Amino acid sequence: MIEKTIFVLESVYREPLEVKAFCFGDMSRKTICIMGAMRGNEIQQMYVCARLVQELKKLEINGQIVKNTGIMVIPCANYHSMNIGKRFWAMDNTDINRMFPGYNLGETTQRIADGIFTEIQGFEYGIQLASFYQSGRFLTHIKQMVTEFTDDDGLVDFGLPYALKRTPKPYDTTTLNYNWQLWNTKAYSLFTHSTDDMKEDSADNAVNAILRFMKNRGIINYSIHPGYVTSVINESDMLQVHSPCGGICKIKTKIGDTVERGQVVAEILNPLTCEVLAEIKAPEKSTVFFHFESPLIVEGTVIFKLIKNDIIRGD
Amino acid sequence: MIKTVSQAGLAVNEKLKIQKNSIKNGNSQKRVCIVTGTHGDELEGQYICYALGKYLEKNTDKLNGTVDIYPALNPLGIDSIMRGIPGYDLDMNRTFPGTESGTMPEMIAHEILEDIEGADICIDIHASNIFLREIPQIRMSVPTSETLLPYAKMLNVDFVWVHASATVLESTLAHSLNSAGTKTLVVEMGVGMRITKEYCLQLMDGILNLLVNLEMLTDVEIPKIREPIVSLDGAVGFINSPAAGIFVPEISFGSTVEKGDIIGKIVNPLTGSTAENAVAPCSGLLFTLREYPVVYGGSLIARILRQEDNNND
Ligand SMILES: [Zn+2]
Repeated sequence: MIEKTIFVLESVYREPLEVKAFCFGDMSRKTICIMGAMRGNEIQQMYVCARLVQELKKLEINGQIVKNTGIMVIPCANYHSMNIGKRFWAMDNTDINRMFPGYNLGETTQRIADGIFTEIQGFEYGIQLASFYQSGRFLTHIKQMVTEFTDDDGLVDFGLPYALKRTPKPYDTTTLNYNWQLWNTKAYSLFTHSTDDMKEDSADNAVNAILRFMKNRGIINYSIHPGYVTSVINESDMLQVHSPCGGICKIKTKIGDTVERGQVVAEILNPLTCEVLAEIKAPEKSTVFFHFESPLIVEGTVIFKLIKNDIIRGD
Repeated sequence: MIKTVSQAGLAVNEKLKIQKNSIKNGNSQKRVCIVTGTHGDELEGQYICYALGKYLEKNTDKLNGTVDIYPALNPLGIDSIMRGIPGYDLDMNRTFPGTESGTMPEMIAHEILEDIEGADICIDIHASNIFLREIPQIRMSVPTSETLLPYAKMLNVDFVWVHASATVLESTLAHSLNSAGTKTLVVEMGVGMRITKEYCLQLMDGILNLLVNLEMLTDVEIPKIREPIVSLDGAVGFINSPAAGIFVPEISFGSTVEKGDIIGKIVNPLTGSTAENAVAPCSGLLFTLREYPVVYGGSLIARILRQEDNNND
């Protein structure tokens, strides 16, 4: 393993931000790059990468990294925000993952994005540990933005139950994932259950999914359970259930559960009297892919994302 | 008349309401929308909405048509000094056109857009941010400039910046409205979290002049309107901080600088030393200047409108 500092940013009163990369195998080859936290609350994303560093160290020592392949892991690009409990860039609240491909003569976060992108462009595969902006729980899944450059073969090689395909919106065009693809990297975003907290089982799933992908793509020699037969789903085919009002949100189901049409899956309560304001019912027989998780909810919030059982393919 | 454009229930006993003041007189179907407060930390538009509302209520008889004033597209952001929408970490100006059945920000964006659509002109007033001070200017993309430029010239601003279009900007209110055929001009002026009365009154004269030109306002005295400098991207020189430190300006805002002039120093108060000087890359008008002193490498310090390229329209 080689530890490398790929980008340094000076600060007036803090120690410089040093973005660290951990490299394995033949570093003249850019085979796969795994990107962890770019936002200050992506603790789970950093942790998954850190766990991966341990696994790859062992594999390297045991000679299980395939010849002529190079692996780079960047657990955390933005610990300046993490150390002060902020999600976005400490000073100006900009989001590094909205600054790609970056600009070396631009604003601070454009420079960070540029510094990182210069190092991580040109890899054959790129995996980003991503997070969702709202608090909630997801089934661990892999997501790919559909562009003219997309190659979706790899989606099933993670062995996760679900893979999503997303049609990019204008604001997606400045993300790492999109720009990786523009520069010919096969890019995937891996979403784990949670963001701000660390969940061991979900981290296990994520680490295994990445190792499984590396194995299936001939990057490591490794024996691992083959995982699930992946259902590939268009994000737009998922059922989204919105909260019809604001209040206290009580979720009555778990991610991964199959719910029947008409089943009460959540209740919204009046926060001052606990009177039931709304019962949220599943519109179809489906699998709970995402549920909101926070005691209070605002009208219109996506409270569930459900996968209709009849659109599941591949099983 | 005060109308609610969009509303959504917050968690505890409160509704978020987007409101407008709709001032109407005569039989003309013409309508102008004045919109501000998308970014909760930009307050320059607040004074303009107040002053315009007050003026039109007093002079309603001189109005023929409708002026809709939307002072706060992001009321929660204004209330909490947040640029984005509190609770969503979202820049509201990246949520347009929104969707009818989306999340709260998307639904609100959709309803705001529907309400404004069809107006003859919409003016979206921004105020830079807390970091930078700007002279009153209008920004537009190259593809919209042919349609928008004649109106921009009516608005009494100092400068019109015609910039290249970028995909990411397709989620802005202005882009969504312009795409839907509602001519929308984006004004940037002053600085975040403050009101620069002088600029507000300058733009206010411009808005009244626009209403006169649209034949929506008659019988009013308009002071002489400035001819703005119109400029393309290539004519704008950027100065980003060459080092981390505290920026101290050496030159006054809005002045004309020579290439090589020191715009300011990046100093280190701990060591009592100057880390770097911020130097003008070209001669011209200093139309953007950093207001917030703490900088990292890359923080924008100033923008200069190159002299030799002026008036290239
Ligand atoms: Zn703004």
